[in-house]
Amino acid sequence: MWVLLGIAIIVAGFLLRFHPLLVILASAIVTGIAAGLDPLAILAAFGKAFNDARYVSIIWIVLPVVGLLEAHGLQERARGLIGAMRGATAGRFLTFYLLLRQGLSAIGLTSVAGHPQTVRPLVAPIAEAAADAQSGGLNDDEREEVRAMAAATDNVGLFFGEDIFLAIGSILLIKGLLEQYGIILEPLQLSVWAIPTAIAAFLIHGFRLWRLDRRLNAKRNRGEPAP
Amino acid sequence: MITLHWVYALAGAIFAAFALLGLRDATNPRARTTAAFWALLALSMWAGDALGDIGNGVLVLGLVALAGFGGLGRGDGAVPAPARQARADRFGNRLFAIALIIPVTALAGTFLFKGLPGWVDPKQATLIALALGVLIALAVGCLWLRAGATVPLQQGRRLMDQVGWAAILPQMLASLGAVFALAGVGEVVGGLVSQAIPNGSLLGAVIAYGLGMALFTIVMGNAFAAFPVMTAAIGVPLLIRTYHGDPAIVCAIGMLAGFCGTLLTPMAANFNLVPAALLELKDRNGVIRQQVGTALPLLAVSIALIYWLAFP
Repeated sequence: MWVLLGIAIIVAGFLLRFHPLLVILASAIVTGIAAGLDPLAILAAFGKAFNDARYVSIIWIVLPVVGLLEAHGLQERARGLIGAMRGATAGRFLTFYLLLRQGLSAIGLTSVAGHPQTVRPLVAPIAEAAADAQSGGLNDDEREEVRAMAAATDNVGLFFGEDIFLAIGSILLIKGLLEQYGIILEPLQLSVWAIPTAIAAFLIHGFRLWRLDRRLNAKRNRGEPAP
Repeated sequence: MITLHWVYALAGAIFAAFALLGLRDATNPRARTTAAFWALLALSMWAGDALGDIGNGVLVLGLVALAGFGGLGRGDGAVPAPARQARADRFGNRLFAIALIIPVTALAGTFLFKGLPGWVDPKQATLIALALGVLIALAVGCLWLRAGATVPLQQGRRLMDQVGWAAILPQMLASLGAVFALAGVGEVVGGLVSQAIPNGSLLGAVIAYGLGMALFTIVMGNAFAAFPVMTAAIGVPLLIRTYHGDPAIVCAIGMLAGFCGTLLTPMAANFNLVPAALLELKDRNGVIRQQVGTALPLLAVSIALIYWLAFP
């Protein structure tokens, strides 16, 4: 039971807003000690896992490209483009992106899009520009909301698209685990059952994007002054 | 053969450039410690395999000490808005074309490299293609926009400073997961959840499985950690063996119930905290706040789908 202390530290640390890196390290040390591990063994396990997970941090190599394009007016250009398009709204654009992201993930192309490579340079600025135009001017809270919604849309599209693909990690994990219990399944038998939830995810998130549009449009119709 | 190690070498070079440029950044009040942080990360990319497990552990302690005690600052160097607008008018849609080089190369490379198994490690085809896309986009961008070679590195450094310590949070949480696995945290949690099920209730067992997947994922930040535990505690003994549920449906949708938990937790840093930093949101949990309205109904739908579809 004492090994659960590490979880308690994580929860308390995030709630109290301590520095997450310190919280994680404290949790690892406490969990390791509670399990009777030697401090050097905890350090070695943590170091080995950190090295093995380096591929997670590769994605930052896209930042020089994003920085170069932003310095040359990428976000301003996105705004100009949306301004010239009639009928483009934040909700419709994000719904289109949701469908695209789900579709790409479902054929195994999960790393093609993502927060650094597509959301920051393209999706968020386009959504923001559309929202600005349709609401007659966003205030700071609405601007935050639209940006956060762009990031959320990428996540929903990725999570509820990728399991439809046969060779994704989660499908292989399920297959491998069930084999230990003597249940033999083909990946296709698993991936087809990801489809109902994928449809539900599109409908639920799409409905929320439609409501976002209605709120933004209503604001302009009320004629609230721009901030 | 081109493997992930080539990409690590490239990433190390980029982090080293961020460190060198950061060191000379007069606008950052903590230029030295910030530069040291990115330099340690460059070292990890270049020499991680040579450092040994304890050496890597010490490197992590260095990163945490630098970031945890306020050593990271932010430099500036943004191009002023009027200049950006003027450039946007000048370069037009060319900017989008360059932005699309990375995803398009990643897409094409993934297919192409799988056909060249002797040249490129097929397991890492997308990440290698992504790195290639970055190099092509940089070359095309610098030539087409007539920018000096230091412009992308300087601007990349500025964005990296904005992301700050959140950049290594996903890697740290993955490492914490390894320590949790070593300590047997999962088994203890699974045992507790299985005790909470009302006796003889199929619906209770389905709800416990779906909610357990989501809750344990919220704690661990990763449905992959929750899945073996919940499936061993409830999925196989109760849903599959006792109530004869279809294992494919129970497990496939159960995993997705866990993904609903991923939308709700700061522990899934690369999906929830990193974009908040990257999009410069004031609220660190702003992305999670937007996801609650999708995740909770979807979790309910997933649990209902298991109950309706999996049992004869």
